Amino acid sequence: MSEPLRHSGEPLSHSGESLLRIERLSLALPEGADRRYAVDDVSYDLGAGEILCIVGESGSGKSMTANAVMGLLPTGVHASQGRALFDGQDLLAMNEISHRALRGRRIGMIFQEPMTALNPLMRVGEQIAEVFEAHGLLTAKARKERALALLEEVRLPNPQAALRAYPFELSGGQRQRVMIAMALALEPELLVADEPTTALDVTTQAQILHLVKDLQQRRGMAVMFITHDFGVVAEIADRVCVMREGKIVEMGSAREVLDSPQHEYTRALIEAIPGDAVPPSRDEAPAKPLLAVKGLDKVYRSSGGWFQPKREVVALDTIDFTLDKGETLGVVGESGSGKSTLGRCIVGLNTPDSGEIRLNGVDLRALEGRELREHRRRIQMVFQDPYASLNPRIRVGMAIAQGPIANGVNKAQAMKQARDLLATVGLDASAAERYPHEFSGGQRQRIGIARALALNPELIVADEAVSALDVSIQAQVLKLLDDLKKELDLSLLFITHDLRVAAQICDRLIVMQKGKIVEHGSARQIFLSPQHAYTRELLAAIPGRAPHAEPTEAVAI
Amino acid sequence: MSFCKRFAQNRGALVGLVILGLVVLLALLAPFLYPDSPWRMVQRPFLAPGEVSGFWLGTDVMGRDVAAGLAHGAWVSLLIGLISTVVALAIGVPLGALAGYFGGRIDDALMRFTEFFQTIPNFALAIVLVAIMEPSTFSIVLAIAIVSWPPVARLVRGEFLSIKHREYVEAARLVGQTHRDIIIKQILPNTMSPVIVLASLMVATAILLESSLSFLGLGDPDTMSWGYMIGAARTVMRQAWWLSVIPGVAILLTVLALNLVGEGLDDALNPQLARAR
Repeated sequence: MSEPLRHSGEPLSHSGESLLRIERLSLALPEGADRRYAVDDVSYDLGAGEILCIVGESGSGKSMTANAVMGLLPTGVHASQGRALFDGQDLLAMNEISHRALRGRRIGMIFQEPMTALNPLMRVGEQIAEVFEAHGLLTAKARKERALALLEEVRLPNPQAALRAYPFELSGGQRQRVMIAMALALEPELLVADEPTTALDVTTQAQILHLVKDLQQRRGMAVMFITHDFGVVAEIADRVCVMREGKIVEMGSAREVLDSPQHEYTRALIEAIPGDAVPPSRDEAPAKPLLAVKGLDKVYRSSGGWFQPKREVVALDTIDFTLDKGETLGVVGESGSGKSTLGRCIVGLNTPDSGEIRLNGVDLRALEGRELREHRRRIQMVFQDPYASLNPRIRVGMAIAQGPIANGVNKAQAMKQARDLLATVGLDASAAERYPHEFSGGQRQRIGIARALALNPELIVADEAVSALDVSIQAQVLKLLDDLKKELDLSLLFITHDLRVAAQICDRLIVMQKGKIVEHGSARQIFLSPQHAYTRELLAAIPGRAPHAEPTEAVAI
Repeated sequence: MSFCKRFAQNRGALVGLVILGLVVLLALLAPFLYPDSPWRMVQRPFLAPGEVSGFWLGTDVMGRDVAAGLAHGAWVSLLIGLISTVVALAIGVPLGALAGYFGGRIDDALMRFTEFFQTIPNFALAIVLVAIMEPSTFSIVLAIAIVSWPPVARLVRGEFLSIKHREYVEAARLVGQTHRDIIIKQILPNTMSPVIVLASLMVATAILLESSLSFLGLGDPDTMSWGYMIGAARTVMRQAWWLSVIPGVAILLTVLALNLVGEGLDDALNPQLARAR
């Protein structure tokens, strides 16, 4: 650290006194962890009415400071030095009772996962009222009125109905709004938001970011916003604090950090995000179509019990497209758009109701038994969750080799091939002898790719293959996929909710909404001149796109 | 090697293994330690432990040596506990696996079949089965196995239902693994943790069930078992408490040892826990 970085511990003056002041804080991890401190000698200030983004990848310790502030440190982790001063009081030295009085009332928190942060058996209104109840405030009637007012403030459609709804009746974005309403119930001076938009669709994310910013300005709150996404930073932050392995590598105003990052790690993080990059035009050599999908339909029916009506959800509605040899076709859409169902139908995990899936001109749906298996082999899948897609009880080498073994290759040869494949995807061949849990998310995803390659497929369907990964790892895995594609003459069907990722890797794009293809064309064309309103909405919602430019009329809806 | 090492790291499991080893040793050495039949009357009845030298656990209502009974009974109790559990697993695991994996009609049929057994009270069914087949070690083992497999089937089915939709199982389907391979290689190993724990408890229940049957006079008339000893001593609980406590403690220790070993096995078989430890 020779260069004078902008992260001196002195309080920032522009927004007056600091509300939260972290002083030389270190949080010690239990023995046997991969490093000694989750957070190592960290100092920063958060002024009233300021949004501070804490950015880092998984394992950077970005959430730990927030947990310390909230008194939610996991067991085994403790503060070994430093102070966390909130309005002059040291939160770390405080006992549980006074800390509890502060939580909720003066410090609010929003969690990442709106699915699990709400009690599934309690009506939304009661959950909000419970916040007042916990602090012994207001009468039952007044609590209900406040709950309604709060739901109005976070702009839930039909707040009256929402008050009486159970969490499962609300969408992810609506649930996150309820969480925000709960956090804001007692008008806290500080709001801690731990990745509050990560689990949401892009358009919902944009709305929630807008809401947080808006509420912050109206109420003059301080917001500590934890995120891994520099796009989000560009949208919302006043100041940014970049963390890596428990240390602050850079701190400064959002504009400074985004425009002229000093530290190479920050630069790498920012570069890893394409931001408003437009996909390059790619030469479109006329190629043979590999996969042709025609009139594909799929309706999910829940049979319903004696007293329940049947439910039908249209997942795919007459889908037509072709995928050429050597091409990367992106399928973009939000959750519920049917994009995953499409992928699963193509690999054969789901059975479509009607339609054709032709691979090299052969209709897969007409095949049976051995022939089908022979053709299926040529389409392989890379799954979303690197933690769930590998069997925890099977060694990595075997996990890769079992495909060829199931197809009649002898074991020794299959294992040798598995080791070669591990090298191909950039892992050490010795990895074959180890169990999946010994690898990081990015490494596991490489193993998943190696497994897909083991059967020499012609087409790989990647279902959200990088969305569970950190940005820098994301870039590496995308590059690997792209390289492999060229090297092995593969075609890719790349399913993603993230247009930025799609821009990086795809030649052509299909945009899906509610089971229909609403737009298709070359990636460049879709980014530069989107035709359909939904596509424009998706593009406009990308966080951090053209960070400093005013939104133009063409983009705004 | 790594498996033994991992198992050895779990102190509780080692203790369990030692106790279990001692019980097995006792069972094996019984014919040498007490060459006479444990049914023989050897002294005055109701001797307290240590009252007369040579009968360090005393004698029972009929003047039979309690220590001899304990040694000979160990064999029967262990045998019945282990074999009936193995048989119950052999019925329950495949049924549960098939029902959970294939679902639909197969699931319906198999589960109705399971419920058929579950609706009849365990003990009543066991009594009826033993009574029909005439009491013998074989009929007792079979009866206990028949009444104790349904929970296994239910448990395995539940685990299969949740695991069969995991991505790694789907990946195995995509590479063309057969149903048999997917069931045996992919899913079954991941269901083993709860099954092992359940099995160690089942051995315990089986030993107790055998005791209850013996107590009712449905034990094998030719073999001494711990359950028979407790049953015979129940009527004299107030005069001679040790007669029921001594075999009771033996059952307790054996069951505890089995649980500890079961837990240790589960931990050692689970690669993820191995590192966390």
